[in-house]
Amino acid sequence: MVNVDVEVDAKGMYCPMPIVKLKKATKTMEPGQVLKLISTDPGSKRDVPAWANKTGAEILETNEENGEFTFLIKVS
Amino acid sequence: MAFVVHSGTLDKLYPVLMLASTGGAMDAEVHLFFTFWGLDAVKKGGFDKAKLPGIMSLGTGMMKSKIKSVGVPSLPEIFAMCRDTENVKIYACSTTMEMMDVSKDELIPEVDEIVGAATFLDIAMDADVQMFI
Repeated sequence: MVNVDVEVDAKGMYCPMPIVKLKKATKTMEPGQVLKLISTDPGSKRDVPAWANKTGAEILETNEENGEFTFLIKVS
Repeated sequence: MAFVVHSGTLDKLYPVLMLASTGGAMDAEVHLFFTFWGLDAVKKGGFDKAKLPGIMSLGTGMMKSKIKSVGVPSLPEIFAMCRDTENVKIYACSTTMEMMDVSKDELIPEVDEIVGAATFLDIAMDADVQMFI
């Protein structure tokens, strides 16, 4: 079980909010810490990995259930 | 990323600010060059006053309430998010300011610099993404 340091709830938000909130949250975190993002924006499925690709963050886990996306992200 | 923001209408400013805030959040340097009708957006209160283009402007209020009801932020709110990323720079076109009698005092304080085409091109030639919106 991965230890989550920060949780970001972006349920009900649309692009660009989940990514902007995600980035803002990572600014207060140390490299290697883990962030949990929950989003209902269908765009998140592709957007969060794209964001991680550019910022050097690592996606540890992705889960999709009843239109809710959960990502565990190791920040860089 | 280097964008020429030529239009000052709501439907064009939304994609500009959505891409700028997301680009900033993806650690990209974003440069927004406001010219012609785009300059209206960086006048004080400009983002708030932006309307739909042409005859559709009559439906601006309806569009704004729909945007609000689905939880999408307003233009001033997304603009604040852009600035919050610390990666989005704002330029005002000096020639447009002359042509439209706009003084520096009428612009929002977030305008980083008043510049001309050469400054934009210098930035755009080194950017991976260039757009004219």
